[in-house]
Amino acid sequence: MSQSKWNITLVVYRQKTGGHGFFQPFPMEVDPDEYVLDAIERVWAFHDRSLTFRHACHHSTCGACGMVVNGVEKLTCITTIRSVTHDGGILKVQPLRNFPVVSDLVVDMSNFYTRLEQAHFGQVAALKNADLAYEKPKYREQEANNERLVDCLECGMCISACPAALTSTSYVGPAILAAIQQTYVQTGDPDLLDCADSQDGAWRCHSAFECTAVCPSNVDPGWRIMDLRKRIVGNRVAKLFEKNKEKVAK
Amino acid sequence: MKNQPAPSKFMRWFDPRFRQMGTWAFILNRVTGLGLALYLLLHLFMLSKLVQGETAYNDFIALAKTPVIKVGEMFVIAAGIIHGLNGIRIGLTSFGIGTRYQKQMFIGLMVVSLILIAGFAYVMFLGE
Repeated sequence: MSQSKWNITLVVYRQKTGGHGFFQPFPMEVDPDEYVLDAIERVWAFHDRSLTFRHACHHSTCGACGMVVNGVEKLTCITTIRSVTHDGGILKVQPLRNFPVVSDLVVDMSNFYTRLEQAHFGQVAALKNADLAYEKPKYREQEANNERLVDCLECGMCISACPAALTSTSYVGPAILAAIQQTYVQTGDPDLLDCADSQDGAWRCHSAFECTAVCPSNVDPGWRIMDLRKRIVGNRVAKLFEKNKEKVAK
Repeated sequence: MKNQPAPSKFMRWFDPRFRQMGTWAFILNRVTGLGLALYLLLHLFMLSKLVQGETAYNDFIALAKTPVIKVGEMFVIAAGIIHGLNGIRIGLTSFGIGTRYQKQMFIGLMVVSLILIAGFAYVMFLGE
């Protein structure tokens, strides 16, 4: 912790069900090495008990506290105030984009979770499948089938940052496509590729790579979507040859 | 409920504040793509004038040599180069080639774009 305190203005988006959204300023003294979530909790504790926000673990495991901080998607429990503002500065906190606001900083993620379930996304994977394919393995060969929790926190920040998700109501979004890619790597289930092979699936992505830029957990959804496309095309070509084989056999 | 995706929010595509280089590439591709589509319409409209005979053709050629039109043509060339080279990057990354290096590819291809645009500008405005 640093010795000197900062005076900042925390500007929080407020909106209750059915009401209009507005920004409410809360001037406060903070330690710049505290996290953004600490400042939000201070508002709730000392200024306004009606402020609603999501959080749980406070150490970047649950993915619940994803918000837009000064214009950029951040996991507020690991984002220091020092890294996003300055002494005398403004700290503007908004709910994630592209999700309906339930109350203040809380968004409705039920549709997102339903889509993750439809992708049969598992929380645990073998080490060889949990890592990104381009990463150097951090395990010994005999440990390859040992399992660990997958990297995706299901925070939804990639969907909030995605320009394609901003304008398309039916696009499944980067997190879901990354989940499909990871599940396909584990199971080889070709139905998953068919699921992603649509205009609202892997082909809706417009390569802005904002998903990868904001991901707090090294999932690299952008890379996974491109890998998924490669596998979809490979699957289509394979199917074409299978059909030709069947024709020749007949 | 608010804050949901909507096609009407497309203008926000063109807001690069707080975003990364990938968004700049995304915006450039859209702006140049729309510009080229508009140019195609204008081009077809101008060509349709030619069926009106020799005088109309000569008037069109004279117009095409005016500085304003030449600057416009320069923009078309610049848009074509940027859109084409960025398109190569998107095509490659879309099939998993160089995805991790998309930023570096974008910077490199935009440097190539600038060199080509400068070359065309030199020929068009100083080469005669």
